[in-house]
Amino acid sequence: MNLKKFIIHRILLSIVVIIGLSIVIFSIARIVPGDPARMALGATATKEALENFRIENHLNESLPVQYFYWITGVLQGNFGMSTTTDRAVAKDILQFLPATVEVVFFSTLLLIFGSILIGKLAAKHKDTVIDGILRVFSYAGVAMPGFVVAILLLLLFGYMWQVIPVLGRLSPGMTAPAHITGLYVLDALLTGKFAVAWDAFLHISIPAVALALGGMFQDARLVRNAMVENSSKDYLVAMKGYGVPEKVMNNKYLLKPSLIPAVSCMGMDIASLMGNAFLIETIFSWPGISKYGLSAMLAKDLNAISGVIMVFGVVFVAVNIIVDIVVAYLDPRIRLGGGN
Amino acid sequence: MAVNREKEIQKALAFEAKRVEKRPILNAKNNRLENLKKAWYKFSRNKLSVVGLITVVIVILAAILAPYITPYPKHAGAFTDFANVCKAPGKEYLLGTDNMGRDILTRIIYSFRGALYMSILVLAIAVPIGTILGMLAGYMKGTIVDTIIMRITDIFLSVPAMLLALAVASVLEPNLTNSMIAVTVMWWPWYCRLVYGSATSCRQENFVIGADLMGAGKMHIIFKEILPNCMSSIFTKMALDVGWVILIGATLSFVGLGEQPPTPSLGQMVSDGSRYMPDAWWMTVFPSLAIVIIILGFNFMGDGIGDMLSKGDGKNG
Repeated sequence: MNLKKFIIHRILLSIVVIIGLSIVIFSIARIVPGDPARMALGATATKEALENFRIENHLNESLPVQYFYWITGVLQGNFGMSTTTDRAVAKDILQFLPATVEVVFFSTLLLIFGSILIGKLAAKHKDTVIDGILRVFSYAGVAMPGFVVAILLLLLFGYMWQVIPVLGRLSPGMTAPAHITGLYVLDALLTGKFAVAWDAFLHISIPAVALALGGMFQDARLVRNAMVENSSKDYLVAMKGYGVPEKVMNNKYLLKPSLIPAVSCMGMDIASLMGNAFLIETIFSWPGISKYGLSAMLAKDLNAISGVIMVFGVVFVAVNIIVDIVVAYLDPRIRLGGGN
Repeated sequence: MAVNREKEIQKALAFEAKRVEKRPILNAKNNRLENLKKAWYKFSRNKLSVVGLITVVIVILAAILAPYITPYPKHAGAFTDFANVCKAPGKEYLLGTDNMGRDILTRIIYSFRGALYMSILVLAIAVPIGTILGMLAGYMKGTIVDTIIMRITDIFLSVPAMLLALAVASVLEPNLTNSMIAVTVMWWPWYCRLVYGSATSCRQENFVIGADLMGAGKMHIIFKEILPNCMSSIFTKMALDVGWVILIGATLSFVGLGEQPPTPSLGQMVSDGSRYMPDAWWMTVFPSLAIVIIILGFNFMGDGIGDMLSKGDGKNG
């Protein structure tokens, strides 16, 4: 199977998965005990109002018909109205998504480069104190739920050592930059407001660290293990014999194959960053889509819940495709069409 | 005459003793003992696994004996003592008290009960479902059954697990049972995927083909031939998963979708405590530490069980 075929196959499979996902989400939104019309309009609504709401939202039709209405709406970018904000869910999502994208982007960078750098360092100093510290941290990373890390960081930077602002996207005195992409750091840089950009970056840093920390140390450990295992392989011993400089050897010939296991794990971690963002954003009062989704969940706002999960599902599937392609690129057994 | 008879009896007894020694049942008993010793050796070679086992045993015992060993068993419920609100850790309250004057240590130990109950029940339901579906799909690889089961599994694995659990828990009433349902819904696909892998490799093995040729039924092949070969990976994953279920459960209760107050749960204690930071830091820090310790314990033990069940010397298992 060559790379092109592999990618096409992967994308086709993802479409099936996304269709299935939409059915699952629709079913979840419909297993709710109670009358959706009553839940949306409240206890004071009149009978006519309820009936009108049902007709408007096709609630009297059979479930497959309802699904058909819902999915055609979703395909046109219409997720219905949110009952908590009284606006179109799609509009809400567009408003809150950039903040989440921003923080997930920075923590992705941290996750990738942090884990590779730390892993390399630990592999270089195998079985020393540095290696031991990484081991302890990677165990802690497994065992610490994201919200615990976030709360401990909040305790540290919010109260004890107030060098970095932790709550919200900007300090109170700052005005938000003009809306271009919705990413504050990028917008501020584009409009030339460097002070705002720096402030926004500082605000992002702690949530991004809280989000990335657990996965970063685990992936660093994977990089380290793969590097240690590969370093005794024959081709590297031969290279050493030929006198290839150690730096070239480490960076070009040792690191690349050692990244394969870590990259597939990183993909899972990056994708689940979005899931973990649910708690981190709430803790740091970050006005992102996860915070919106969580408040929708607590208020049983069904349209908003299904919209948010649908968006997350599509992003998750897309990230997985990208990861598979990167892995395929790194692994010549797949790239060149051999192996199985 | 009498002497001869005695000799004969002794001879017979000696023969009998030798025969008994060779009896297969007794041998099997010895073998089992030997196997146990070997397993323990593999398990205990990594000192961390032993630490994990000890932690897990302590946590389980503490949860079972909670009413007898906690200093203030009454504090596990809706109890208020305004004289002792937010007391710092000290002699009287080892880990301090919360905003209602309740002992944190007591509440942590009681919340182990809900956490363990949840993980046992979730795994008891999710593992058989996932295993049976995975074996079915693996054995019938290439048929429509395989396609349907594995595509459904893919769909469930295509959303972040935490998100799906949050969504299911949120549309149901918030309580412990519903949070368990939510976690179970997202948990079985992982076992399905795991067992599917072992089952597909098993079905081409000679013993399965042999059983098929001898006219064994599908049920026999799936449960008697394939299942035993999947057991070690299932058990290893289960031991590791107890910690994960506790983590997800704590997360759900942190956002208020798990066990409802006044029954204590770890996530809810952390979330309550975060409102009293930094002055009453003990309200947040100790329940957080308890979560970390319990999950680490199960993870270390799970690694040990993985070593134990792995074939070969288990050096890197």
